[in-house]
Amino acid sequence: MAYTVVGKSVRRVDAVAKVTGRAKYTDDFSERNMLVGKILHSPYAHAIVKSIDVSKAKALPGVEAVLTYKDLPDIRFATAIPGIIEAMATDEVGVAELKYSTAGHPYALEETHRDKEDRNILTQKARFVGDNIAAVVATDDLIASKALKLIEVEYEVLEPLTSTDAALKEGAPLIHDDCEGNIISSKGYEMGNIEEALKESDHVIEGEYETSIVQHCHLENQVSHAYVDSDRRIVIMTSTQIPHIVRRIVAQSLGISWGRVRVIKPYIGGGFGNKQDVCIEPLNAAMSLAVGGRPVRLELSREEAMIDTRTRHAFKFKIKTGINNDGKINGIYISAVSNTGAYASHGHSIASSGGGKFRYLYPTKALKYEPLTVYTNLPVAGAMRGYGTPQIFFAFESHIEDIAKKLNLDPIEIRKKNVVKEGHVDPLSKNTIRSCSIRECIDKGRELIKWDAKKALYKEQTGDIRRGVGMACFSYASGTYPVALELAGARIVMNQDGSVQLQLGATEIGQGSDTVFAQMVSEVLGIPMYMVHVISTQDTDITPFDTGSYASRQTYVSGMAVEKAALEVKKKVLTVASSMTDIPAHLLDLKEQSVVFKDSGEKVIELEVVAMQSYYDRVNAQPITSDVSNNARINAIPFGVTFAEVEVDMKTGKIKILEIYNVHDSGKIINPLLAEGQVHGGVSMAIGYALSEQLLFDEKTGKPLNNNLLDYKLPTIMDTPDIGAAFVEKEDPTGPFGVKSLGEPPIVSPAPAIRNAVLDATDVAFNRIPMNPQRVFEKFKEQGLI
Amino acid sequence: MYDIKGYYDAETVSEATALLADNPNLKIIAGGTDMLIKMHGGQLEDVELLSLRKIKSLEKISIADNGTIVIGAMATFSMIFHNPILKDAAPILTEAAISMGGPQIRNIATIGGNVCNGATSADSASSLFALNAQLKLESKAGERVVPIREFYLGPGKVALNPGEILTEILIAPEDYKGFGGHYIKFAMREAMDIATLGVAVLCKVESVTFNEVRIGLGVAGPTPLRCLEAEEYAKGKEISSETLAEIGKLAVKSTKARTSWRASKEYREHLVEELTQRALKTAVVSAGGAEVV
Repeated sequence: MAYTVVGKSVRRVDAVAKVTGRAKYTDDFSERNMLVGKILHSPYAHAIVKSIDVSKAKALPGVEAVLTYKDLPDIRFATAIPGIIEAMATDEVGVAELKYSTAGHPYALEETHRDKEDRNILTQKARFVGDNIAAVVATDDLIASKALKLIEVEYEVLEPLTSTDAALKEGAPLIHDDCEGNIISSKGYEMGNIEEALKESDHVIEGEYETSIVQHCHLENQVSHAYVDSDRRIVIMTSTQIPHIVRRIVAQSLGISWGRVRVIKPYIGGGFGNKQDVCIEPLNAAMSLAVGGRPVRLELSREEAMIDTRTRHAFKFKIKTGINNDGKINGIYISAVSNTGAYASHGHSIASSGGGKFRYLYPTKALKYEPLTVYTNLPVAGAMRGYGTPQIFFAFESHIEDIAKKLNLDPIEIRKKNVVKEGHVDPLSKNTIRSCSIRECIDKGRELIKWDAKKALYKEQTGDIRRGVGMACFSYASGTYPVALELAGARIVMNQDGSVQLQLGATEIGQGSDTVFAQMVSEVLGIPMYMVHVISTQDTDITPFDTGSYASRQTYVSGMAVEKAALEVKKKVLTVASSMTDIPAHLLDLKEQSVVFKDSGEKVIELEVVAMQSYYDRVNAQPITSDVSNNARINAIPFGVTFAEVEVDMKTGKIKILEIYNVHDSGKIINPLLAEGQVHGGVSMAIGYALSEQLLFDEKTGKPLNNNLLDYKLPTIMDTPDIGAAFVEKEDPTGPFGVKSLGEPPIVSPAPAIRNAVLDATDVAFNRIPMNPQRVFEKFKEQGLI
Repeated sequence: MYDIKGYYDAETVSEATALLADNPNLKIIAGGTDMLIKMHGGQLEDVELLSLRKIKSLEKISIADNGTIVIGAMATFSMIFHNPILKDAAPILTEAAISMGGPQIRNIATIGGNVCNGATSADSASSLFALNAQLKLESKAGERVVPIREFYLGPGKVALNPGEILTEILIAPEDYKGFGGHYIKFAMREAMDIATLGVAVLCKVESVTFNEVRIGLGVAGPTPLRCLEAEEYAKGKEISSETLAEIGKLAVKSTKARTSWRASKEYREHLVEELTQRALKTAVVSAGGAEVV
């Protein structure tokens, strides 16, 4: 379809605000006499607080409150605020025992589908180094820091379980008393008969693969401030992807009714899933309650944020694939062990979700997936861009490469032979593949990197510097349907001049969603971009309900609500225009700020005139607005491929990426420049994942070794090659304007593509990432190459 | 917010040494890129600072009549990188300077601070070791000059007596004239990183033999060091890949690498052997020798 604004690289709606520094982030807002909160973190990975003495800390001038697990959430300090106390749920267990979940999922009415409630705001039992034992509120940072040092804690140190092996060992201590064997979830699936499928295959090939713990490293650390307003409600401004969910979880954590909490989200400096979780807001609210509702800021340092927010789960995979001589896969068996750290967060759903999105790429007769998600005494793993898929695709796309090598099959042909075709219905989710251009993506990538020429050129290398090419594919999803609710809300108000305000529950977190939503409205209403004012701030008191920014759902799921809201406004405009002109509404359309004849495009009346009439008509005045919700009970499956070329220094073990291309089938691209930006960001994160990033811990104590940006090797721009982004645009019939998701997909396939390129260059198969120089050296040494 | 109890600044060296003599608790701050991290990390508390930033005379880089290069301790890494005297006479130092941190850090971090911080990973150290740099230390009582190899005592420990300030770094003409050199910073990232190994080599070449070789290493032991055994061996040897290989092996003998979570001893030693050879290959060419194949 021909569009005017959709499909164009219009400038971001927030570009000027962000470039000039006028865009305001949480830390740019201040309340008068704001206090500062700080957290006392456990120095032990597994320990019980035997006694805690806060008297010295409390006595320090400038200290306003000291909190421990004994106070939280407790009626004692809430008595200062009668409104809150009235609102407190009459909780029979006693509020101090209140446990809550932190995962940023929509609430589920069915109890069985709810997130695991295993967390207290402050804990008596430390479950990782960094766990929250106590907190102080003081007049400034330095006093708060000094007060932390004055808190005297006596710990009974327990055996720290720093690996999944240790946690799974028979007789291992329980990290959570109610979780037998430290296994939080083992939800997998089975389709067809895997034993039979393997038996029928010409070859059964096995492999083991492993990924590491990494961290989001968003620019802006977690920061919020909280106070109690004159209506005795808790107001929290926070850097979050999920304001409406923060509201619910803060209320749940304090045992108060949800309407007692108001959450405001201004611009945020990145999230990548880490802010699809509720990390600091409940404690921040409690801090304010502890000082009679006065404003308190809570901001994590980088060192804190790297261990006391969320990380990406490390996985260990064992794969068995049955395949025939012609390269057709008969059956796949995958077992996985996922390390979720000390608390559930998203842990119970990530292994299962990754496995679910993997299922779309290679439909086989039989597929069995057995994941085990295990608690350990390490920092909490949660949502991070890709949500389980970077792990499983690293494993399988490495595995299929190994199979191709072993059976002497072409790595591209083996994939093409097995990838899904349009019309396939996933037997478990019942989602249908309505558009699929994975083959075209592969062809395009092959051409971009000059695959065939390089493959020939890099045969039989012997020098100290060797080159190779590799590729890997992926499938993803657009939102979470049918697993979770996919509700989105949008509101449009038309002004007297025909311009509009667009208000959304979906959150701009840097990905550019505000811009693509504005493009959609601009397209439907026939008005230029500057006439669409997007209200970027979410405020749960006034913003339409939407669960937020995650699961690559914005353009697809929230886009549906935006399109619906715009169409409703359009219908109302045409109705008013019809009443003014006596031309039937169905003959009319909107174009270039005017009402026009649909067939000829001939101008009928200016939009502004219609808008004025809607405001001031003595009899029929009714300003044009829409306020819609959309429940997306459908999904669209995006695909894509990475092609990479690497150069390996055989002596130092350094791997350099020479060229890398991501080719995506994400349906219609609403804004090519923003889409390219998504790809650049995702690929650069994946390069770190493949080559350098890993959070390290002392195996004996569980103490973090590199929770800072010097020792944690996040690649710099100097380490990042030019990243090629390309798209095969085929409109998906389900999405607004034919879109499919693109937020997370770029991060999924680069790591295995890089690994496969290294295999091509060196003949060495790395089954564990990151492939950092130390590891490469060890492996080369083991293989006699050094 | 930083835990700073007091802050003093001096405009001349004598003013600074006087302040320091009066209050031995003062901690000297130059660019602050190490000091502020220590304060942020809580290693320094209630600190009283003496800033040298207003002493403009210490930013000067010049060459004396006798050919000695004088680098003011407050010269920043950007100043060092862009300085034509150093580019010409001691490129291994300018290469080291540009390898440090990122542009913002290089604009403020000083070479004096880098040296006095006492880290084996100091980006300037391996080059200054190879160049036999001399350090001028001034106090209210007077001044003394110490060779850089005697200045580094241990991790974070330098031979700076109470009341002393490092004011100048001196490089004598016999330590840079006629040499070719090369510096390799081996790190996990191309910017904003701490070296896994820093290798600075200098050599003088006479037709097909090594006249002199100097190898300075950073992060190969608790302090920066020189590989004297390898240097001694190289003297008068024919320049060949076999000689280089032997130099690489001998260089390892001078190191005291250890295994940490950052890298294993074995890997560090392997890097010393390999990168010393690579650096020398380039240095030979810049000293006027033929390429070693």
